[in-house]
Amino acid sequence: MSILVLADLHEGQLAGATAHVVAAAKEMGGDIDVLVAGEGVQAAADAAAKLDGVSKVRVADNAVYAHQLAEPMGALLVALADDYTHVLASAATNGKNVLPRLAALKDVSQISDIIGVDSPDTFKRPIYAGSAIATVKSDDALKVITVRVTGFDAVGAGGSAPIEAVNTVVDNRQSSFVDEDLAQSDRPELGGAKVVISGGRGMGNGENFKLLDGIADKLGAAIGASRAAVDAGFVPNDMQVGQTGKIVAPDLYIAVGISGAIQHLAGMKDSKVIVAINKDDEAPIFQVADYGLVGDLFELLPELESKL
Amino acid sequence: MKVLVAVKRVIDYNVKIRVKADHSDVDLTNVKMAMNPFCEIAVEEAVRLKEKGVATEVVAVTIGPKAAQEQLRTALALGADRAIHIQTDERAESLAVAKLLAKVVDEEQPGLVILGKQAIDTDNNQTGQMLAALTNLPQATFASEVVIDGDKVHVTREIDGGLQTIALTLPAIVTTDLRLNEPRYAKLPDIMKAKKKPLDVKTPADYGVEVASKVSLLKVESPAERKGGVKVASVDELIDKLKNEAKVL
Ligand SMILES: Cc1cc2nc3c(=O)[nH]c(=O)nc-3n(C[C@H](O)[C@H](O)[C@H](O)COP(=O)(O)OP(=O)(O)OC[C@H]3O[C@@H](n4cnc5c(N)ncnc54)[C@H](O)[C@@H]3O)c2cc1C
Repeated sequence: MSILVLADLHEGQLAGATAHVVAAAKEMGGDIDVLVAGEGVQAAADAAAKLDGVSKVRVADNAVYAHQLAEPMGALLVALADDYTHVLASAATNGKNVLPRLAALKDVSQISDIIGVDSPDTFKRPIYAGSAIATVKSDDALKVITVRVTGFDAVGAGGSAPIEAVNTVVDNRQSSFVDEDLAQSDRPELGGAKVVISGGRGMGNGENFKLLDGIADKLGAAIGASRAAVDAGFVPNDMQVGQTGKIVAPDLYIAVGISGAIQHLAGMKDSKVIVAINKDDEAPIFQVADYGLVGDLFELLPELESKL
Repeated sequence: MKVLVAVKRVIDYNVKIRVKADHSDVDLTNVKMAMNPFCEIAVEEAVRLKEKGVATEVVAVTIGPKAAQEQLRTALALGADRAIHIQTDERAESLAVAKLLAKVVDEEQPGLVILGKQAIDTDNNQTGQMLAALTNLPQATFASEVVIDGDKVHVTREIDGGLQTIALTLPAIVTTDLRLNEPRYAKLPDIMKAKKKPLDVKTPADYGVEVASKVSLLKVESPAERKGGVKVASVDELIDKLKNEAKVL
């Protein structure tokens, strides 16, 4: 058995998710290679080489892989996949974008968003917004899998795997990068934060999200949001937590002015401790909250900030 | 330009899911079904392209049981011109669906194919990407804006870090995210008119595609329930509990 893990990059650096995907790969067993593909990604490759359990890092450093466009990334994976029994990526936007192309071109199914490994061919995954957990078995020769990072604890970074260059260069005339508008924040990444505080429609407008800033500063928290808050334009899309946004499982999740729709719960109900602040004492969020505080967020948030 | 939209019949997003007692699957008996919300967004986008004079024809396609024709009729009521139903009672997974859609693309030669980014039942998020790979067409997933510009399409995508804009040569495959548009509701006269619009019924065999997959569903369980917590009376009590009971501060 041999596993290829497609590394996640964040502005050219190795993203935290990769250490979780390697952890999932370790549960499957076998040699684990990490593929780092992009332009100017040596630092990411060096970081990947330190991850515990990695046998080798393969680096495809070429302008055609910049921004990880789906077409060249898919073609690169197809070129490398014959050496492996499993190809894994995190179920983040990049993995979701690229891996199904590999699966289709290899004529195999993809298993998305696994949260557990029963054996090298049998996996657990949430379906219906996490309302049910399916156990699925793949009899395909190549297993193509995306991994939900909250399902696996990150491996450590005490290793020193060899790094080798991949010289495969593919042609791409179909798609090109135009520009990007990335969130700039000094706060931790939503996916990796120990504490997350999220605001919903109850926040009223984008300006009021500032009420969460002081608390987030004191707790070292990332700030998230419900879909309603994103749809209303209070905050950008990258802050959406839920079934169709980001999945988080911090030690502490504080939901403020969020009703607790199933689609929101799907993204946060595996948090260790959940706090809900809501003026409606019947809001469904209280059914999953360890600690519920009923009241007006505009009074409670300043008080909480001052007393922390 | 012809636009092809793929739609899926799924459980209504408001329905609370129950797992069957024998753990073989979720229980869908007598459950309200609807068009997958991301597919509604896809249909809406296609219809808007037609209203803007960019698209000349909108064709809706679904793969599923006989009852999935309801969702095709909805698409027709929303503004699609005709529909194709590839009828099967088998559990068609993303790969089989993508293979069937690839055959339809081959036959119909659309300039643009729009699909939902994921279906809210399996939450797979695969079909559009697989279709793009199988047809060798470029893809833009998780679209929040689609602008046709001559022989190219510019798509703004919702990605983890924010927004990314890419340009694709046409024909191309686009999958929708939540912010692309706000779908309209079908009006009664349009629902009546939709009954007369053409709807072709086919089978996977007509396209020579095998629906069976090599992935088997062994078991479906309910997730671990969270124990209901307590309500605290004040901010002071909350901080005290978080410090001394939960020990997360
Ligand atoms: C296909 C699909 C995908 C979806 N994906 C997601 C997803 O990924 N993530 C997600 O979050 N949602 C998602 N949703 C949307 C979801 O169904 C809900 O509509 C959404 O989560 C509601 O957001 P909310 O709780 O902020 O708003 P609401 O449901 O409107 O709740 C607002 C809450 O704020 C409280 N409130 C108002 N004012 C105050 C105040 N002054 N003080 C205290 N409390 C106050 C109210 O009591 C209420 O409980 C999806 C829906 C669909 C159909």
